[in-house]
Amino acid sequence: MAHPLRGVAAITGLGMTAMGRIYRSTNELAAEAVATAIADAGLRKDDIDGLLINAGITGTTGGGLTLGLQNYLGLKNLRLLNHMNAAGSTAAQMVQYATMAIHAGMATHVLCVFADAPLKEGTSAGAAYGGAARNPQRPKGMAGLYAAAGYFGANTPYALAARRHMALYGTKQDHLGIIAVGQRQWATMNPLAQMREPITLEDYHASRWIIEPLHLLDCCLVSNGAVAVIVSPAERARDMPQPPVYIHGMGQGHPGDSGRAGSEWETETGARIAAETAYRMAGVGPSDITCCQIYDCYTYTVLVTLEDYGFCKKGEGGPFVEDWKLAPGGSLPTNTGGGELSAYYMWGMTPLSEGIIQGRGHGGERQVKNDVILVTGNGGNLSYHACLILSPHPA
Amino acid sequence: MTETQPTIPVPEPDEASRPFFDGAAAGRLMLMRCIDCQTWRLPARQHCDVCLSDRYTWEAASGRGRVRTFGIMHQRYHPAFQVPYNVTVVELDEGPRLPTNLVEVANEDIYVGMSVEVVFERYDDVTLPRFRPVRDL
Ligand SMILES: [Zn+2]
Repeated sequence: MAHPLRGVAAITGLGMTAMGRIYRSTNELAAEAVATAIADAGLRKDDIDGLLINAGITGTTGGGLTLGLQNYLGLKNLRLLNHMNAAGSTAAQMVQYATMAIHAGMATHVLCVFADAPLKEGTSAGAAYGGAARNPQRPKGMAGLYAAAGYFGANTPYALAARRHMALYGTKQDHLGIIAVGQRQWATMNPLAQMREPITLEDYHASRWIIEPLHLLDCCLVSNGAVAVIVSPAERARDMPQPPVYIHGMGQGHPGDSGRAGSEWETETGARIAAETAYRMAGVGPSDITCCQIYDCYTYTVLVTLEDYGFCKKGEGGPFVEDWKLAPGGSLPTNTGGGELSAYYMWGMTPLSEGIIQGRGHGGERQVKNDVILVTGNGGNLSYHACLILSPHPA
Repeated sequence: MTETQPTIPVPEPDEASRPFFDGAAAGRLMLMRCIDCQTWRLPARQHCDVCLSDRYTWEAASGRGRVRTFGIMHQRYHPAFQVPYNVTVVELDEGPRLPTNLVEVANEDIYVGMSVEVVFERYDDVTLPRFRPVRDL
């Protein structure tokens, strides 16, 4: 028997701003994306009766989206409202909760919004995510052991995770490089991408170390911008202007704190549980997936996520990507817009937005076979994970 | 113990963690331990993350462990750290994991699984555990 949520909702609206050094407030960026998404869906503002909000890093450092976005947008007919944060897994989660609300009759057209503006004029991209290094106060208690060891930023835990994978399974630096180079090839075909100059594996190895085993080209961009997505009932979506992108499956998996005793967080993520749930709901398996949009804050995240979705066995992610199957022309096109590594860093909205573009058939020269699209999001040092399985075909 | 420039961002002991820092100053690696299920607690916290008990004692750990994973930092986040330096997670024999640095070893000689033992370094008013390779007897 089909899962009750399978195919009941579809994505009907997408709005995006320019990405990168766009120096505007998060409310202004969000409003532009929202206006675009509402027009894209052929709706009027008053048709929106659900609003889910997610702020990026500026949600914690200051200036990020709050519940006040409702009033900035002047939305008066809401029957559903929340401000959500499960880090990079939030974008997929917003679509999940929108689907559940639509199925339950709580709302009809649910707007899911992300905006972030960590880049400030005259400062480096690195300054946006530096963490405790710039905190002038002494950290209190044992939490301060991290800074005292020079453990700074998001780069450190991902480097530590990648190192452990390499040590356990023989994963090579080249495997990470192949992911970075392949995604840049996709980005050259994406007009919205911040980085569109082709790179080679030699360029990858020559790029400076951030924290070994991560080069600069293993790490995602930092971007200002916004993305808004509208979720509607499937039966309404058929009569709306854009090709519907149906939601066939969804899942979450949250293994939690990355530092606790007994955890294998470095190499076994919540993606495995999320995958089981989503595959069962959609009635598909890894061999049915025609393209992947995988959260890629780091090259390593792509590799370990592919393992946890069952595309290959645990530990075999390196050899799996070695034949360039993720790159243009490959058998498993992945992060076809360039991803967070080369296109733009909008947390989980990066893979989701590209999944929608591909699902609609609007990928232009980078369009791939879109029958079954996997969209994933993770965050918090591989602590949180959520996913969607999308398709242009009704369930 | 070695004297080091007090310029890195050293933690300030708080009520919950004071026995850890007092222990380090006395040359012992002290950890919280759950009275109800015997789980070692790191970092110091009021509730056990296994059984949620709020009963605990402080015990000296062995000070021995293995390199669980490590990275070599090249990015200058803080002026007191001379790059490149190692950022290492040591898995103690008791199970908990500690973010730290390895000393008395070249960065290129570090490997996952390396046996290590605690040493203590004093930074101004705070002493911190660091680890060095266990030497062959
Ligand atoms: Zn306990």
